[in-house]
Amino acid sequence: FTLSIYLSIYLSIYLSIYLSVCLSDSAGQFFSSGHTNNWAVLVCTSRFWFNYRHVANTLSVYRSVKRLGIPDSHIVLMLADDMACNHRNPKPATVFSHKNMELNVYGDDVEVDYRGYEVTVENFLRVLTGRLPPSTPRSKRLLSDDRSNILIYLTGHGGNGFLKFQDSEEISNVELADAFEQMWQKRRYNELLFIIDTCQGASMYERFYSPNLMALASSQVGEDSLSHQPDLAIGVHLMDRYTFYLLEFLEDIHPASKANMNDLFKVCPKSQCVSTPGHRTDLFLRDPGSVLITDFFGSVRKVEITTEAIDLTDPIKEVEERPANGDVHKEMHSYVDQLPVSEIIHQKPKQKDWHPPDGFILGLWTLILLVFFQTYGVKHLRHIF
Amino acid sequence: MSKYAAAQKQAEPAVLQPTPQPKDDFQEELVVRPLHSGDIYASFQFRTLWETDFMRGNKVSHYRLFPKSLGQVISKFSVRELHISFTQGYWRTMQWGQPYLPSPPGAELWVWFQDSVTDVDATWKELTNVLSGIFCASLNFIDSTNTVQPSASFKPLGIGNVTDHRFLRYATLPREIVCTENLTPWKKLLPCGSKAGLAVLLKSEKLFHSSFHSQAVHIRPVCQDWQCKTTSWELRQTLNVVFDLHNSGQGKREWSLFKMFSRTLTEACPLASSSKIYIDITDNPEQFELSPATSLLSQAMVLGDRRTFSVYDLTQQDTFGSVRSLNLLIRWKSTEGDMLRPLLHAERYVAGYGLQTGEIHTLMYNHHPYRSFPVLLLDSVPWYLRLYIHTLTVTSKGKDNKPSYIHYQPSKDRVRPHLLEMLVQLPPNSVTEVTVQFERALLKWTEYTPDPNHGFYVGSSVISSLVPSTVAMDTNSTRERPLFSSFFPCKEESSYFVRVYTEPLLVNLPTPDFSMPYNVICLTCTVVAVGYGSLYNLLTRSFQIEEPSPGLAKRIANVIRKMRGVPPL
Repeated sequence: FTLSIYLSIYLSIYLSIYLSVCLSDSAGQFFSSGHTNNWAVLVCTSRFWFNYRHVANTLSVYRSVKRLGIPDSHIVLMLADDMACNHRNPKPATVFSHKNMELNVYGDDVEVDYRGYEVTVENFLRVLTGRLPPSTPRSKRLLSDDRSNILIYLTGHGGNGFLKFQDSEEISNVELADAFEQMWQKRRYNELLFIIDTCQGASMYERFYSPNLMALASSQVGEDSLSHQPDLAIGVHLMDRYTFYLLEFLEDIHPASKANMNDLFKVCPKSQCVSTPGHRTDLFLRDPGSVLITDFFGSVRKVEITTEAIDLTDPIKEVEERPANGDVHKEMHSYVDQLPVSEIIHQKPKQKDWHPPDGFILGLWTLILLVFFQTYGVKHLRHIF
Repeated sequence: MSKYAAAQKQAEPAVLQPTPQPKDDFQEELVVRPLHSGDIYASFQFRTLWETDFMRGNKVSHYRLFPKSLGQVISKFSVRELHISFTQGYWRTMQWGQPYLPSPPGAELWVWFQDSVTDVDATWKELTNVLSGIFCASLNFIDSTNTVQPSASFKPLGIGNVTDHRFLRYATLPREIVCTENLTPWKKLLPCGSKAGLAVLLKSEKLFHSSFHSQAVHIRPVCQDWQCKTTSWELRQTLNVVFDLHNSGQGKREWSLFKMFSRTLTEACPLASSSKIYIDITDNPEQFELSPATSLLSQAMVLGDRRTFSVYDLTQQDTFGSVRSLNLLIRWKSTEGDMLRPLLHAERYVAGYGLQTGEIHTLMYNHHPYRSFPVLLLDSVPWYLRLYIHTLTVTSKGKDNKPSYIHYQPSKDRVRPHLLEMLVQLPPNSVTEVTVQFERALLKWTEYTPDPNHGFYVGSSVISSLVPSTVAMDTNSTRERPLFSSFFPCKEESSYFVRVYTEPLLVNLPTPDFSMPYNVICLTCTVVAVGYGSLYNLLTRSFQIEEPSPGLAKRIANVIRKMRGVPPL
């Protein structure tokens, strides 16, 4: 009898331990990636109407990233020129990614944070490192922390070791690597995925040296990335090949998808892309096969369970808004006269603030005084005055 | 609300009464005016009135209809009035008449600050940055080089007694592009968003395929009632659009809501106290016909003329008819008839040749047959066009016309622009021409934009005037009036206030060859390398005599001779 009791107790203890291990295992799996929020920085660096395809590239990645859950407040979108409302666009307020105008990647709900002349190397590096002037609004900042996974997508014209911004300046791969190192030292990212679609794109990730970086490029050093197809109605090429196939791949991904990075490396083989896409994973600590696409492109919110209880029993007292009974006799307000002609004609000139004399005036007077004293001498001053 | 109060009273008598929330009110309206050229002009206005005080110590924390982002901007920066507009296209006054709310091409921002602000310039800089984040526009390019402080124009449109122009700032960005990314946050400020009411018509694909598109936000304090003892804050969001007959209309003089906006209306915004559509039928029935017919008519004195409007009230269910959707149809019957010629009209252009000098000409037309009226001209020219004010001439009908008030603030290189304000009396039925010569400056090579050969923009001139009207204007500001006629306050019956914007100018500055630094570096490095290299070699190279290595045959012969013990060759 006692044996059966001991057996049942032993069994129950064993079962509870087993169950808790199972739960913590699945809970452990749930938390395996280590990030709690997602950010995306999408940059198009080219200006002028014939670079329509770069804006379409960036907007299609923006669209996929929004669709998979990253909100506008966590996306910093930088477009160097306006293609949708450009006067050469035969269909205003649209940017198409496929000929026959099938997919309008611009859409009706788009928020561009940096546009036009604001897309410069300095602003891009400031966004990455967080060194922005204090009055910069929140939508223009990358407010990531050490548990953020960041997706950075760059597109434009590039060469061996540089990327051209707006036809007037370049960013080099050394600068980019240093910016990522600054981000690492300031603990501004947990893991970072860097995708670049330019000619000789692989040269841009050659110099990375910070941990937890994974990079993809559309072409190797010495190769050009090619554009996909022109549209005869719009008159320009609509998208680049690599991003076109990347968009096709991402359209199949949904927020609960289990596709991993190895599938992303297979996007756009040489037969479709003509250039050879490259990738770099040696700085990344996890195995790429265990990294989900939605870890970077989607925004899966993790929940942390706490066992503490919060006491909500006290009623919240409303602050009484004291009505303005004090001023019984309020003054009568009136609208201002929009063009008071007589008042304007007889307007007194504004009192200018007095500024101390400028350096030039001070120097001139010093010279005059020096010459004066030199000519007449100090001892003759009594006779002059 | 009352059940909750009763429950609270029963539960704990010590809890305070929930205080009544400040009254707020939301109205929306759409005015459609068919134009003589076959185009159609649609003007949306959304107005939120809120009786609250942003300025006193207690922070406002409960927002209902008024958007929180703008409320926080008002209280943080002590704003008394804020007017911001984004426009794509230029308003053609001679073809389309006067707009209900004028705006210049690009972005325009003018703000009156409260008296309590100590450093207006720093507050202005922060305000432009915050607004650039709210509206997704590059308003952070507004700095001291394009901000001016007008001395007589831009008097406050809301209530107030003190008009110290130290608290006024005005800036334009003529280059600013307007696209869907500006419309999206603008729509999000509306109480119903773009889900219900008139805002469902605001689809960007149709709105930007137009000749003129302008969206604006106006915040000002207004009178609550006739005695004007209490004030409330008014937020007006306006959107003006002109659809072209040939682009959007496919050449047919027939417009409907579906053709203009690709949507029809199904309901009014539930949060709106009034939701109306006004169609300007003053020229009806000879000109065009309107369907579905409505019995509601309204007359309003707007822009110096008495206009008749057909009114559709969207809060009444029977407006939508049996199909539960409203699609207005306006069909032209004939194309004759003249337009009422606008009394005030202005143009501006650059004359001259070459990249050294030029001349700015501003023409102001007074089309009134016998009345003359004064206009206030405000010109803000960037510092890189150096104006020669001694060449300023104002002529009307060939004779010199001396302005009764001139205010000129010269520019300072890279610090502030030129500001020229003049009060000119325009004689009846005449053209007044203002000319001033300028010289173009050479900028530093880092100050050029990435596309300098496009040119540099000069903002529009602003002409403010009290134009005599043909009918008596309504001076009672608190009577229930449609929104489009109650924007500019009216002090006297015989004239109405109008603001006309000229075209922005595009001038080419002398542009250097940007590849020259690269060329210079290459040439210098080559010269230095060749010159220094040769000199270094000459100085440090030492010569040694060396036997040339013998050929193959000789080497074999030498090996054989060595084996034989004979001296080599």
